[in-house]
Amino acid sequence: MFHRFIKTLASAACFAAFAGPALAQDSKVADELAKYREALADGNPADLLEVKGEGLWSEKRGPRSASLEQCDMGLGPGKLDGAYAQLPKYFKDTGKVMDVESRLVHCMVTLQGFKPEEVTKNWYSRPGTESDIEALVTFIGAKSNGKPINVPATHPEEAKMVKMGEYIFYRRSGPQDFSCAICHGQDGKRIRLQDLGNLTTKEGAGVAMKTWPSYRVSQGAVWTMQRRLIDCMRQARWPEPNYLADSIIALETYLQKTATGTVMETPGIKR
Amino acid sequence: MKTKAASFSSLVAALGIALATPALAQKAAEAPGGQYAREAEQMFRTSFRADNPTYWMTRLEQDETMKTCLQYRDNPPRKIGEKLERLNKATVRYPVDGKLIGDWKEGEKLAAVGTGGHIGFIQPDPAGRLRGGNCYACHELAKKEIAYGTIGPSLREFGKIRGKDEGTIKYVYDKIYNSNAFTACTNMPRFGLHSWLTPEQITHIVAFLIDPESPVNKD
Repeated sequence: MFHRFIKTLASAACFAAFAGPALAQDSKVADELAKYREALADGNPADLLEVKGEGLWSEKRGPRSASLEQCDMGLGPGKLDGAYAQLPKYFKDTGKVMDVESRLVHCMVTLQGFKPEEVTKNWYSRPGTESDIEALVTFIGAKSNGKPINVPATHPEEAKMVKMGEYIFYRRSGPQDFSCAICHGQDGKRIRLQDLGNLTTKEGAGVAMKTWPSYRVSQGAVWTMQRRLIDCMRQARWPEPNYLADSIIALETYLQKTATGTVMETPGIKR
Repeated sequence: MKTKAASFSSLVAALGIALATPALAQKAAEAPGGQYAREAEQMFRTSFRADNPTYWMTRLEQDETMKTCLQYRDNPPRKIGEKLERLNKATVRYPVDGKLIGDWKEGEKLAAVGTGGHIGFIQPDPAGRLRGGNCYACHELAKKEIAYGTIGPSLREFGKIRGKDEGTIKYVYDKIYNSNAFTACTNMPRFGLHSWLTPEQITHIVAFLIDPESPVNKD
């Protein structure tokens, strides 16, 4: 945890140096930096959520009064070390390629007896409403910290999801002619002052994928990968895809395959 | 019969690529999604709530330009690019009074606005929120604004460098109205085609770029 904190400090220093000249003229950047520093004072706020998630994982909950300790995230029941880093993957029991969030919901439904609409109601937090899913995903993610992302997509269903994710990545539509690729298909670009990763390369996808779930200073909340990608589509001025939609899982599979080999640093902290 | 004609024309297109740009031929070999493209489109379309307003869902429609750009990863062979450019050129509409250069001060405001047009349930824009050109997201413009993006080229001192003759004014208007009239599959949105900006608003951004008094060209 301490090591991670130092890394966060270093990246914040880079951010500050980069944004420095803008301060005099752009008070928004200054506000962001202030929030950034405030957040850093006690380490990454996501660490608290990680602890909460750990509690939720082992607590007996739901109509069946069961914990999630027998949940199989792809490495066997209850095996969480490195589980996040090897998702999404194909699961025989459901016949589907699932990401960490769809698998978690599957476990909450099958092991604990919750109704799907019940557990996904608060899939993201709002001011005054916490999200169990965010906490659990932060906890599961942290169990892959230091592990390389490993989604080779060798199963035919996984390979197919990679191709379908690639299709969605390049698909343009809407009143701004956007696709993921127009911002994330080239090296060394930025939007306003925000650096943009080239998600078609291992390096770019690696930097993007290794730090999720991530505490977002500008949002005051931890975002999961589903939340991140659904919000990208909102920013593209499209309607929001449903939570756990296959097209989001396809994009994740495409990005994780591209990022494969990159060592996870999660939970992250971002703008 | 129809299939035959289609496969013949795609064969011709494929030959065209091979002949025109041998370096790109390999890259253009497979469209994104490969054999699963059709299924991926279906999957994407069914990812949304069935009770979404119709006008939201129309934002998922693709015109010929969007479809073709997807197929070629925004890098179409020149012949196909030229066809798209002609198609897009024909869509440009002008203000009723015919004046293509407006008020640079209005243009300056529009260049900085990046909000508007967000839909959905999580964080939609309030109805009627100003939609801007959001030019600074991708371009350097006035010297004083240093929070600019680099997806597009720098346009600092555009008017100083390119002049303010009628041809340049028309070019800038047309480019903002429909960027694909000049470069098929460019990253730049087609602001006029989608009615994201009105013709009048476009004339203001033209002025922001070209007027010698605009901060793009002064200081």
